[in-house]
Amino acid sequence: MTSEIDATAPKYLRDKYAIVGVGETTYMRGSGRTTRSLATWAIRNALEDAGLRPGEVDGMMSYSNADSTFSPLVASDLGMRLNFYMDVIGGGSSTEALTGLAMGAIEAGMCKTVVIFRAMNGYSQVRIGGTGRRAAVPLDGDRLHNAVYGWFSAGQNFSQSFMRHMYDYGTTPAQVAHVKMAHSRHASQNPKAYYKERVSVQDVLDSRFIVKPLHLLDCCVETDNATAIIVTSADRAVDGRHTPVRILSVVGRCCKPGNEIYLHYQYGPLSTVAGHYAKELLWPHAGVGPEDMDLTGSYDAFTFTAMMQLEDYGFCTKGEGGDYVSSGAIQLGGARPNNTSGGHLCEGYTHGMNLVIENVRQLRGDVDDYCPVGADGKREHSFDYETPGACRQVRDVNLTVNLGWAYPAAASSMVLRRG
Amino acid sequence: MAIDTEYLGMSLSISDLDTENLTYFGYCAQHDFHLQRCQACNLLCFPPRSACPWCAGAEFGWERVDGRGEVHSYGEVHHAIQSGLKEHTPYMIPLVDLDTQKGVPEQDIALRVAGNLVTPEGEFAPPELVARVGIGSRVRMVFKDVVEGLSLPMWTLDEEAEQPARPWRYPQE
Repeated sequence: MTSEIDATAPKYLRDKYAIVGVGETTYMRGSGRTTRSLATWAIRNALEDAGLRPGEVDGMMSYSNADSTFSPLVASDLGMRLNFYMDVIGGGSSTEALTGLAMGAIEAGMCKTVVIFRAMNGYSQVRIGGTGRRAAVPLDGDRLHNAVYGWFSAGQNFSQSFMRHMYDYGTTPAQVAHVKMAHSRHASQNPKAYYKERVSVQDVLDSRFIVKPLHLLDCCVETDNATAIIVTSADRAVDGRHTPVRILSVVGRCCKPGNEIYLHYQYGPLSTVAGHYAKELLWPHAGVGPEDMDLTGSYDAFTFTAMMQLEDYGFCTKGEGGDYVSSGAIQLGGARPNNTSGGHLCEGYTHGMNLVIENVRQLRGDVDDYCPVGADGKREHSFDYETPGACRQVRDVNLTVNLGWAYPAAASSMVLRRG
Repeated sequence: MAIDTEYLGMSLSISDLDTENLTYFGYCAQHDFHLQRCQACNLLCFPPRSACPWCAGAEFGWERVDGRGEVHSYGEVHHAIQSGLKEHTPYMIPLVDLDTQKGVPEQDIALRVAGNLVTPEGEFAPPELVARVGIGSRVRMVFKDVVEGLSLPMWTLDEEAEQPARPWRYPQE
């Protein structure tokens, strides 16, 4: 497939748009604030990061699952007059999809610069797993083929796909547990991470079962937080505070046959996920392939989601995802570290946006680890990944990819480059 | 007529506009498994829907289908989310490929029906029964009555069928 990639002929909007600002709140449990307050906090940080005033951003987008605030409220709090806004339904896989839609809105002349946010009290208000407020919603006729069987949370819903991957390819629990081990080592270099403690493969295997094949430590953390990114055209991006991060290609909510979250299991193979289809858009449009990536951001709602996506996007041969994630390649110091912030498994859960923020900072060469800040305001990275509380900057990062996951049958992705 | 009821502490609600699901569960309430057959391409469809995924036809007839099949994959819940299910852990959610129309119209496609693994009487399977079932196990459908007009398909081990010597189970066991 990579042989079909044509790097000479620009496709679509390759290189014409950029991410110029990123920001987030603290990753918390018990924020004590509304999602509206969290959103303004994250957006203020993203504006500061971009060196933009609120009046210089005229587009706003967000995604939620009836668990968040709306753009017009947040924009009015910040005194922003919008030329465009759009709040959509969605969780994982939305960040990349909305980035593509923001590019389209700007290209169509609807606005000039868009801030995209995700604000959620995912621990203290609406838990994604389905407890609390979500459990009180009646199940309609379509949910009586699935949720009524106690097949409700994301982990429960995806477990058959994970189990079938083990059956089809001999993937072992220990191989997949390496994802958590690696991400926990990354989180130990991240002052923002909710869980900073390093865990071993055995710790994962010894943790209690939630739903087989998932142990507790195969599952991500639930947190309260907001995140924001600012997208604008490449010509405007050159005036920004930081080295621009250009968007080479983007894929939004690309589906397997069957599409819908509760129907995807009708269509096989169950052990293949939507990335299998998404990669046919992602890499050709970007003009680069998986082997060119310096690091990856494969969505880690669970250890298995990171593994299955890396496999189906072509980072290894089909069926060898277990070998790939346990080879050391995805760890800091390895060939292609995954989720260097610690990701959803350790840093915090924001439905994918924090994974994009991390890659933007890596591409700038200025990730916010424990290394001291020099006189020029830049961190002096030690590249010491062994000692906890040290460095997580990867050397010479030029290309990154984010692989967003909604569920086994829907995926978004985005290739970014420095410069 | 619409159905509003409770099951294991969950509110269930089928709108009177949702004639596809009302018809489907109405057959289940008679302990009779029926699926939609597309009148244009003649393929069966599951779950109930507004159009055929194979040809987009929107004319269906309902047809009795044999509730037997093989476990294609499964999840085994040890930490329940819904409070009414907590007392039944560990419970199994098998995904079952019906024998009918398996591999049609394409390889890797089946009429794949979920449920809980239950005893022949329809009660949640005890742990020792859960431990005997895995990928490849032969199962048959039984029904759990909820309310008039609504029963839920469930799966139980098909004791009359030839079972694999050792169905595939999660490898850490």
